[in-house]
Amino acid sequence: MGFNLKHYVKSFSLRELMQGMGVTGKYFFGRKLTIQYPEEKTPISNRFRGHHALRRYPNGEERCIACKLCEAVCPALAITIDLEERPDGTRRTTRYDIDMFKCIYCGFCEEACPVDAIVETNIFEYHFENRGENIQTKEKLLAVGDKHEAEIARMKAADAPYR
Amino acid sequence: MTFEQIIFYLFSAVLVTAAVGMVTVRNPVYAALCLILSFFTSAALWLLLEAEFLGIVLVLVYVGAVMVLFLFVIMMLDLNLDPLKEGFARYAPVGFLVAAVIAVEMIMVLQSGPFQTTTPAAAAPANNTEALGAILYTDYVYPFEIAAVILVVAIIAAIVLTLRRRPDARKQDISQQVQVRREDRVRLVKMKAETKEQA
Amino acid sequence: MVEFLNNLLTAFLPDWLALLVMIVLKIVAIVLPLILLVAYATYAERKIIGYMQVRLGPNRVGFKGLLQPFADMFKLIFKEIVVPEKSNRFLFLIAPLLAMGPAFAAWAVIPFSDGMVLADVNAGLLFLLALTSLGVYGVIIAGWASNSKYAQLSALRIGAQMVSYEIAMGFALVGVLMASGSLNLGDIVRAQSGSIFSWFVWPLFGLFLVYFISGVAETNRAPFDVAEGESEIVAGFHVEYSGMAFSIFFLAEYANMWLISALTSLMFLGGWLSPFQGLTFLTDTPVIGLLFGDGIHWLLLKASFFMLLFFWFRATFPRYRYDQIMRLGWKVLIPVTLVWIFGEGLAIALGWTPWL
Repeated sequence: MGFNLKHYVKSFSLRELMQGMGVTGKYFFGRKLTIQYPEEKTPISNRFRGHHALRRYPNGEERCIACKLCEAVCPALAITIDLEERPDGTRRTTRYDIDMFKCIYCGFCEEACPVDAIVETNIFEYHFENRGENIQTKEKLLAVGDKHEAEIARMKAADAPYR
Repeated sequence: MTFEQIIFYLFSAVLVTAAVGMVTVRNPVYAALCLILSFFTSAALWLLLEAEFLGIVLVLVYVGAVMVLFLFVIMMLDLNLDPLKEGFARYAPVGFLVAAVIAVEMIMVLQSGPFQTTTPAAAAPANNTEALGAILYTDYVYPFEIAAVILVVAIIAAIVLTLRRRPDARKQDISQQVQVRREDRVRLVKMKAETKEQA
Repeated sequence: MVEFLNNLLTAFLPDWLALLVMIVLKIVAIVLPLILLVAYATYAERKIIGYMQVRLGPNRVGFKGLLQPFADMFKLIFKEIVVPEKSNRFLFLIAPLLAMGPAFAAWAVIPFSDGMVLADVNAGLLFLLALTSLGVYGVIIAGWASNSKYAQLSALRIGAQMVSYEIAMGFALVGVLMASGSLNLGDIVRAQSGSIFSWFVWPLFGLFLVYFISGVAETNRAPFDVAEGESEIVAGFHVEYSGMAFSIFFLAEYANMWLISALTSLMFLGGWLSPFQGLTFLTDTPVIGLLFGDGIHWLLLKASFFMLLFFWFRATFPRYRYDQIMRLGWKVLIPVTLVWIFGEGLAIALGWTPWL
């Protein structure tokens, strides 16, 4: 390669290092992108797949008809369903457990459901404090659905045109 | 006993213990660390004698550089000491003989010549670094330069002795790497856009 | 105040004890602010690097996160010190202290202001060189005693790196020594008095750069932090350390950074000397004269600037490859210093006093 004067001048004047420091120095004064999480939050998509919920019809009857499609489609085998026929002849679940440790939040259960009973909400800030709480039972899932029904309905409606 | 004497005996005790430990301890890493400690304490003793240049240079050169490399080698090699100790009894007489000769020589040196003086020849100058430098570069400049040349020769010899030219080894030439320019590595090619038929 | 304390002590205690207490008090007066500086250096680093990476950095503990160092400290104090079973227990525990000792001991000869120095020794510069070369032991012993491959690798890397860069560093200081004609740090600073243009940074600019670059390498900071090298060897020599033992390594690292920063300011930027020296209309005015005159605040300011550079480097440069570090040390920095010293020697021999 031989003696390259230009290269030596460039490297001994530390020009490229200065350039690099100029870039970081510029960003030092730039606008910061940090989101201060608990106080500020990023917008959440209407398709966000968070905690599960079981929904009800407006008249208070639970939607789930225990067809077991979600149990069948679940790739992580997180859903367990037992069923029973009620005296009035309708099929309903006696047990609807989702193991939140197994669940991979793929949303297939929601896709498979013919009656829009199981949905994934935009709740992502939840935790378990005791062993066994990772199994979300039917009662808990229904409670989540009852509590957030308005929000769930709004999200589903907003997302409907794109499906 | 003055404060200085207390410190002196303290350091001497540490020095002797470390020196004994250095030759008796089984673990070679401990031995090296003992040697470092004894260097350090003897440097401290020299500082007590107001020979600050010698003391600090001892720390700088031996503790700071030489012993680091020693430790390096000892830590890298998984030393198995048993074969080394096998011939201990057989060589012991020779060892004692050498030790005796060295002891006699030391006594002879200490008994005669410049060490015989009981008081310092002159009060130590305030800054013995400066004094040492002045002497080294005026009165003793030739021995000093010759010592320097010998050291350089030794360095070069060590490098040459351990140098192996291996044509098959792949090496990176960093100065070539950093001199690379964009034009050497990237070639911009102008091409016509493909039409549908060609694809 | 020092006088007053001294008189007080000699009134009650025997002479040698009074001397001892006095020395210990002085040491405490240096070490405590130093530890505080170190604590806030970690905060400043996180904040500055955060800002350069378009983040905010720590801002939760206290106002703007100002109490973050204390939160970290308390967390580390209450953590368990895990000693690996197959490690060498004694050396494992003593290694952090060996790393910290020299980093703090070196401050003994740093003159903070005219006459404000713990030990005004003649061979101060040599003392510093000797102590900075001792810092490597803590790391090497930590690496070996941990009985971990990563730690061992890191110890080997750091050992070779520090021994190599010490040479460039020592040579750079030889240039300072030639220019000032003294090994005493106070005299070195006094040799730079006059005006901002008599600072050694101008005639010795190359040595200044070499000194600071090797200083960065000596303290194992980015871009020379192969000893830590998270991406290759996890955390290097302190992988196996936890709790206080780990934080002592950190303390040593930051104390060393402050030391290098302070030394660079002392050797090349006139230490406590004000850059407005010689401008009498500024320095002789009653109130602002204190601010613009010489004093410890200038040393602090200059050292802080170099700390900023440390952080800036870390935010900017990618890590060097190990062979590149060795090449830079041996094939670039050392020849540069040698050439510069030769030129300086010529200048001194020819008597170009304004520029040496």
